[in-house]
Amino acid sequence: MTTHSFKPDLPPPRTVVGPWAWLRDNLFASPLHVLLTLLALYLLWLIVPPIVSWAFLEADWVGTSRADCTGEGACWVFIKERFGQFIYGFYPQDQRWRVDLAVWVAILGAGPLFLRKMPHKAWYGIGFLVIFPLVAFWLLHGGLGLEEVPTSRWGGLMLTLVIGYVGITGALPLGILLALGRRSDLPAIKVICVTFIEFWRGVPLITVLFMSSVMLPLFLPEGMNLDKLLRALIMVIFFEAAYIAEVVRGGLQAIPKGQYEAAAAMGLGYWRSMGLVILPQALKLVIPGIVNTFIALFKDTSLVIIIGLFDLLNSIKQATTDPRWLGMATEGYVFAALLFWIFCFGMSRYSMHLERRLDTGHKR
Amino acid sequence: MKMVRSTLAVLTAAIALGVSSFAQAGATLDAVKKKGFVQCGISDGLPGFSYADGKGNYLGIDVDVCRAVAAAVFGDASKVKFSPLTAKERFTALQSGEVDVLSRNTTWTSSRDAAMGLNFTGVTYYDGQGFLVNKKLGVSSAKELDGATVCIQAGTTTELNLSDYFRANGMKYTPITYDTSDESAKSLEAGRCDVLTSDQSQLYAQRIKLASPDDYVVLPEVISKEPLGPAVRQGDEEWFDIVRWTLFAMVNAEELGVDSKNVEETAKTTKNPDVARLLGAEGDFGKDLKLPKDWAVQIVKQVGNYGEVFDRNVGAGSELKIERGLNALWNKGGLQYAPPVR
Repeated sequence: MTTHSFKPDLPPPRTVVGPWAWLRDNLFASPLHVLLTLLALYLLWLIVPPIVSWAFLEADWVGTSRADCTGEGACWVFIKERFGQFIYGFYPQDQRWRVDLAVWVAILGAGPLFLRKMPHKAWYGIGFLVIFPLVAFWLLHGGLGLEEVPTSRWGGLMLTLVIGYVGITGALPLGILLALGRRSDLPAIKVICVTFIEFWRGVPLITVLFMSSVMLPLFLPEGMNLDKLLRALIMVIFFEAAYIAEVVRGGLQAIPKGQYEAAAAMGLGYWRSMGLVILPQALKLVIPGIVNTFIALFKDTSLVIIIGLFDLLNSIKQATTDPRWLGMATEGYVFAALLFWIFCFGMSRYSMHLERRLDTGHKR
Repeated sequence: MKMVRSTLAVLTAAIALGVSSFAQAGATLDAVKKKGFVQCGISDGLPGFSYADGKGNYLGIDVDVCRAVAAAVFGDASKVKFSPLTAKERFTALQSGEVDVLSRNTTWTSSRDAAMGLNFTGVTYYDGQGFLVNKKLGVSSAKELDGATVCIQAGTTTELNLSDYFRANGMKYTPITYDTSDESAKSLEAGRCDVLTSDQSQLYAQRIKLASPDDYVVLPEVISKEPLGPAVRQGDEEWFDIVRWTLFAMVNAEELGVDSKNVEETAKTTKNPDVARLLGAEGDFGKDLKLPKDWAVQIVKQVGNYGEVFDRNVGAGSELKIERGLNALWNKGGLQYAPPVR
């Protein structure tokens, strides 16, 4: 009796798997693909080597002045020398630990919120949102035992983050209230909310900031100088709240009427039905829209340049006007772009993570 | 429509009243003394005029003018706080009382002087629009620029001056406008334009930005008058006089050979009556200005005379290396001239 043995499986033909097949499928599938691939390679060859050579190979990294930048490429010495100013602005050097401390408080304080299972998470979150701004303000601005640092000395990445943080945490609750108000049955509230939203959406942020810094002082009584940063912050909050309101309203409209009726049938009043039934669903739906607005807000913070606040971008611009560092604008702007990208990319990844975690259905 | 107009009229009147109500003689000096520092409006970044070093200290000619005012009033040049202002904010900041002095690279013109509710106290720097060209072009005068491509910064009077100049000389040109000085410098370097035009003080800064500054030259022609100086609110003559004479004291000190190193010694030993009057060794001319007797000594000691300030910030002692030119003293071929202290 002969035992029947199977022949071993042949490996799949090389034209189906492996790098060669991948290349053929994706890059050289047809004459048009070949043409486009070659064109793309040519463009990459044109663009990438000069960038790499400028940014790395021929760049200068060590030294303390422009004279040390002898290479053809970028002069990162400039960024290194002015790094402190880009991060802290004109914040007094011996007080910079306070900014660092505020950041650590933010990171450590917000940490537990990212734990999945944590008792009383909602209360902790609300408490953090109320207490942290007070602590941060005390740390950054001073008073009560700390040396006072007026907001005119704030700057750099720190100021960008302050505007971004205050804008986001201020605009979200206000925006939700506005969205609810706009769908309210009470005519007075509805009119107020619609007017507010349409007014702030109807003017560009740059105009609003400009008004706050150029027109407002003329109308205020003598001696009453509202802090320039405070003016800008209020304007940013109002402006972004109007956008958030419309995003949230989109979410509210997507909730089927049955949910409202079900909440009412359970005997829930307006606030509880909104808070327990409608908003959790609506907000989850509009996470991409909200994060989109936040990212736009974060980038819009650089508009404060027109009212002479020294955010990250303006700090860099200011540093390039130092006669000892003239001509370093390219390095400065590349650095700014990199920092902005890191923050915006981080936000967008976090929003994707949040969407996945909160995904409890609705997927078709 | 009528109502809108009358509302506007009321508003305008309110603004005007608001502005004039606190611009009374003496009010600014009293307010400054009370708060203990001079609030000074400067530029948000202009090489040589006002910029910040790595430690966050402000430097530049415009900055030094403010420090000199503080030295005159308080005897301490550090009693000054700076508000960096954009070009559009600057006049509002002065009118609304946010700053006491505006020392922000501002050209003195009739309309600004008369209609904006401010007064220029003098000229810290005689500037004018000029041209920067590549030496390879072989041009030695702006008159040879017929047919040239010119890089300009958009939205400034530079464009108008340029078009006036070329029209007056019957020449043609192609303008390329840019938003920032960095872009226009890069463009000149890349050869997209033959010549770059801007205020002369800034052309020297532009030149440093180029990869090989020595290949470029600033042409001798100056096609516009840009006298830059500090301004104060209209209606407070006392404060106006203080700022004006601070500047005069610096110019006088240079003319009389008094500088930051020898000023204290000179104040004690001088035999020259002009010097003695300036430094308060003879008479008390500070009193008329409501300033301490040694006001000029403090200015020169802590900030320097005009020549020192010029050298340190834009002249031979700086990166910009701008020649004195129009800004030399009147007895050395320039325009800087100050009335005597007596």
